[in-house]
Amino acid sequence: MEEVPQGCPGTGSAQAGRGASCQGCPNQRLCASGAGAAPDPAIEEIKEKMKTVKHKILVLSGKGGVGKSTFSAHLAHGLAEDENTQVALLDIDICGPSIPKIMGLEGEQVHQSGSGWSPVFVEDNLGVMSVGFLLSSPDDAVIWRGPKKNGMIKQFLRDVDWGEVDYLIVDTPPGTSDEHLSAVQYLSSTHIDGAVIITTPQEVSLQDVRKEINFCHKVKLPIIGVVENMSGFICPKCKKESQIFPPTTGGAEVMCQNLKIPLLGKVPLDPHIGKSCDKGQSFLIDAPDSPATLAYRSIIQRIQEFCGRHLPEEGHLISS
Amino acid sequence: MLRAQGRAVHQCDGGWVPVFVDQEQSISLMSVGFLLENPDEALVWRGPKKNALIKQFVSDVAWGQLDYLVVDTPPGTSDEHMATVDALRPYSPLGALVVTTPQAVSVGDVRRELTFCRKTGLQVLGVVENMSGFVCPHCAECTNVFSRGGGEELATLAGVPFLGSVPLDPELCGSLEEGRDFIRDFPKSSAFPALFSIAQKVLSQAPARLS
Repeated sequence: MEEVPQGCPGTGSAQAGRGASCQGCPNQRLCASGAGAAPDPAIEEIKEKMKTVKHKILVLSGKGGVGKSTFSAHLAHGLAEDENTQVALLDIDICGPSIPKIMGLEGEQVHQSGSGWSPVFVEDNLGVMSVGFLLSSPDDAVIWRGPKKNGMIKQFLRDVDWGEVDYLIVDTPPGTSDEHLSAVQYLSSTHIDGAVIITTPQEVSLQDVRKEINFCHKVKLPIIGVVENMSGFICPKCKKESQIFPPTTGGAEVMCQNLKIPLLGKVPLDPHIGKSCDKGQSFLIDAPDSPATLAYRSIIQRIQEFCGRHLPEEGHLISS
Repeated sequence: MLRAQGRAVHQCDGGWVPVFVDQEQSISLMSVGFLLENPDEALVWRGPKKNALIKQFVSDVAWGQLDYLVVDTPPGTSDEHMATVDALRPYSPLGALVVTTPQAVSVGDVRRELTFCRKTGLQVLGVVENMSGFVCPHCAECTNVFSRGGGEELATLAGVPFLGSVPLDPELCGSLEEGRDFIRDFPKSSAFPALFSIAQKVLSQAPARLS
């Protein structure tokens, strides 16, 4: 299950190979020799692999349960509605891989080819990769510490044969930890267009979003904007609006104004969204006239416009 | 959520002093939130550092005489969860309350959480289905905004107790934001009976385990 010692100082640390918890670790000699501090060769390999990927978008949230995976999936669906646009969706929520279910791909397996792992295709122009495809049972738990999760993310970025892709969307777990750092570091030699941050309207959620924004600044990840999810609910019976998650401090709108970050849009709570996700279908197709669909489409357009304005340059680096 | 933001953590001979959130000093709290200078600061830590802090929270905080220690965890089955189970193992934890929302996508992840409990030898006290239905304040129609029933089905499938469904109540959310005591302020809320019943069920399980 876990090869690195619990108190591992990290292979890049000054204490690598020298700390008390390094005793008995199979990598101790390697770390003590300083080899662990050398740049990971995978970063260059990933740079090569990513040359065929035009735009990379990370979907982040500070908090769990705000609808990040739902958003990532529908961003992918929306972009792929144009059959000339090649879209890839990478799920790096290693412990809670919901993307296969939301995309209607539960039970699918990953196949190997000469050029690497093949993504699982929903449509000809929409490919998906997730640790969920590597698990044999829906009850299997991925009880991994950071280093093993990082290794998986590295493999996803380096070994998956994504092919020619216009948009690579990376769905992340909530937080600012191993998965997020690894995604940014492994992609550090490529150009990441930016991050879309998902929140719900209440202050408790916004507090965590501010940390997420802080994380983006720390790792110099551009922010495409914030999406406020579950923003108001229209009762199907009386058609009146209620705020299920009250924006006690003004919601994402006020936060974005204060932090001078774009608010990409507000998506109302529509019970059909959850139903579509449970069935593994695109809500945008299931309920084309829902105010939530209209909100999604407008947000997707703004993301496309952002990416169109920031075209990747050859050899562009984001420093980490 | 407990109106304790900005409070400081002090040291005593027995270790860090937890922060009391009520006048009666019946609820004390420890969180990394108290250790941050700036609440907007992101804690960009990898696993080992998080594990070390969790160990400290269990062994270096002067909790004093406690009837219950409730540990709130992030989603997942990773460093934090393993570190918590390891740190609490010497103290024979009662078990885990596993929270889900009703829809299949959520249940799909929570099944794995139940496997985590089984593999780490953590007893499951039961499953709670949260955000289970919303009663419109205008017309009282109940809509299942995140579907319904998934939590109960999961509990049945996994052979663990189903503790109850908690409906969505904006007053609960508002109370938490304003640091009010929801149970005291909104005894008529639709969420209150559910929360109360779940608490009673947990309390009733406790005496049997202590013996």
